[in-house]
Amino acid sequence: MADRPRIRWHILVFLAPAVLVYSAVMIFPLFNTLRLALYTEVERERVFVGLENFRTLFFDPVWAEQFWNALGNNFWFFLIHMAVQNPIGIALAALLSHKRLRFAALYRSAIFIPTILSFVIVGFAWKLILSPIWGIAPSMLDAVGLKSLFAPWLGREGSALTTLALVSVWQFVGIPMMLIYAALLSIPEEILEAGEVDGITGTAAFWKIKLPLILPSIGIISILTFVGNFNAFDLIYAAQGALAGPDFATDILGTFMYRTFFGFQLQLGDPHMGSAIAGAMFAIILVGVCLYLFGIQTRMRRYQL
Amino acid sequence: MTRKTTTLGMALATTALVATGAAAQDVTLTIESWRNDDLTLWQDKIIPAFEAEHPDISIRFTPSAPAEYNAVLNSKLDAGSAGDLITCRPFDASLALYEDGHLTDLSDLDAMDNFSDVAKSAWQTDDGSATFCVPMASVIHGFIYNKEAFEELDLAVPETEAEFFAVLDAIKEDGSYIPMAMGTNDQWEAATMGYNNIGPNYWKGEDGRLALIAGEQKLTDPQWTAPYATLNRWAPYLGDGYEAQTYPDSQNLFTLGRAAIYPAGSWEIAGFNQQAFFEMGAFKPPVRNAGDTCYISDHTDIGIGMNADTEHPEAARTFLAWVASPEFAEIFGNALPGFFPLSSTPVELEDPLAQEFASWRGECESTIRSTYQILSRGTPNLENETWGASVAAIKGTKTPEELGEELQDGLASWYEPQQ
Repeated sequence: MADRPRIRWHILVFLAPAVLVYSAVMIFPLFNTLRLALYTEVERERVFVGLENFRTLFFDPVWAEQFWNALGNNFWFFLIHMAVQNPIGIALAALLSHKRLRFAALYRSAIFIPTILSFVIVGFAWKLILSPIWGIAPSMLDAVGLKSLFAPWLGREGSALTTLALVSVWQFVGIPMMLIYAALLSIPEEILEAGEVDGITGTAAFWKIKLPLILPSIGIISILTFVGNFNAFDLIYAAQGALAGPDFATDILGTFMYRTFFGFQLQLGDPHMGSAIAGAMFAIILVGVCLYLFGIQTRMRRYQL
Repeated sequence: MTRKTTTLGMALATTALVATGAAAQDVTLTIESWRNDDLTLWQDKIIPAFEAEHPDISIRFTPSAPAEYNAVLNSKLDAGSAGDLITCRPFDASLALYEDGHLTDLSDLDAMDNFSDVAKSAWQTDDGSATFCVPMASVIHGFIYNKEAFEELDLAVPETEAEFFAVLDAIKEDGSYIPMAMGTNDQWEAATMGYNNIGPNYWKGEDGRLALIAGEQKLTDPQWTAPYATLNRWAPYLGDGYEAQTYPDSQNLFTLGRAAIYPAGSWEIAGFNQQAFFEMGAFKPPVRNAGDTCYISDHTDIGIGMNADTEHPEAARTFLAWVASPEFAEIFGNALPGFFPLSSTPVELEDPLAQEFASWRGECESTIRSTYQILSRGTPNLENETWGASVAAIKGTKTPEELGEELQDGLASWYEPQQ
């Protein structure tokens, strides 16, 4: 009797609120959405059709074209973030952590502030800045004699997505900067001093000592960027609307899902196909995160500081 | 529930107040609508006019926000708490309500004879056997122009397409105005104020539209692709960077006097009257050759129907018959210039710009937007596809023939008569 482990009620009691709330607002809707993807509506009745919706999504020419277009755009959106946002974030953090930099706190706040702005404000403000009619971008370029470089970027198929990705980079560059900045600050002085004794200073110190030490943070930032980008919707919707023009050039999975699920103009909403797209997004993100966690994270070398 | 109780409560209160005689028959009708912009118009003009004639019926106008209307209405109808009268969106949204048994068939309403078939088509079953909403208003497409700019440059209002482009050339050459204010950023203007504005002259209005629905014409036919070729010729006359120009940008360019011509829908009239400081005129979509019959897009936009579960069907019918009368048409048309009453009796309009638009009904054949009835029911959605196609036509990224083929393939993929 005495050996039987006691049920530790307090653990259950303390866990319960969080588990219940999380299940009710996250787990249940998530699985219900996945379940909804397996049904369709025929004659106003909900009918179970198994994976039929996914077959339509991937293989029906009309749906597949939109899906692959959105997925391709999504990858390009992610690539721009990885290639521009994260390197710039790291560079800014390296500059900010430089000891002789004055007004570092001011720069840090100024660069971080866009992150806390609403997407709607960012989308609208940039649309105005880049507007060929009222925007300040054409007149600023004109002032330095480069008017010929200006184009209605948001209105052209070739440049709209890249432009929006760069706007998003502008908004969120503060996040990698802050995370890397924190990681850089946590590197002990002694290690850098030891490096100096061995003749590693300046840029070499960054590449050979600091960068390997902040690699795990860069990994985390990459995966956050991945999840954030594949869930993105707001900026595109605020700037280009649900049809993600011109000619679907800025359509990403989020806008495609929204349009399908809720309907648009004369297009009536189709919650079942919409859920199928949401399911596909979930799967893509899940696979991406797993690849990272098991493929990269576990192999990353860690240093005891 | 609460609503019903309140309505009942109010009815009782009214009865108690008026107390004697015929007052026992007093009923209150509630109207569901998305036009919250029109609340004062209903309260100050329409309702008093009706109540003066029918003292035993009182009306309450209870609009909700336009974007939420369909969802709010559906849940109210399912819960049995919706108003007695229901403002109808055109085509499929209302058709679904009728098929679900929420709207009553009104075909036997005598006053329905006051409307043309085109006017009724937005609220009929596909075979036209039942009409379930009384048409209230439509919007007409055309071009609004800056009269002062035209006088300054000594230009005449164009009648034919050749004249239209000659006018655009003249404005462009002079250089003080942007010839035409339209952008492709928001996409719908290109389709609504572009393709469906000039298109009816090509596909001969209702003839073409109905033939397309019947499957006798295809979107690859010249009358359906040629408007894209014409749209392509618009591009040089649109402002710099029109690719990124939004709908409000275009409105502002025109009302600030920087552009001379604005491809328009009549709903702009009220706003433009307030914003623009110059005199405006309007001309109808130019015909292809002098002497051709002209066609205009006179698009049915608002109707009103009766909730099948109403407790006062007789009073509701009385009100609907009144809405179908010329008297209502006159009040409505003048209070909301740009939303034109649909009844066949001509209405005396006071606003000169609205008069100009309405006068085309006498000269031209009316039709509605080609994509709205039946053809936008499936996936891909023809209306949305037409937005993209019209933009591509203006920018010249695809040829009219390619666009016609794409749209036809999309339509044929789900619409049987086109297969």
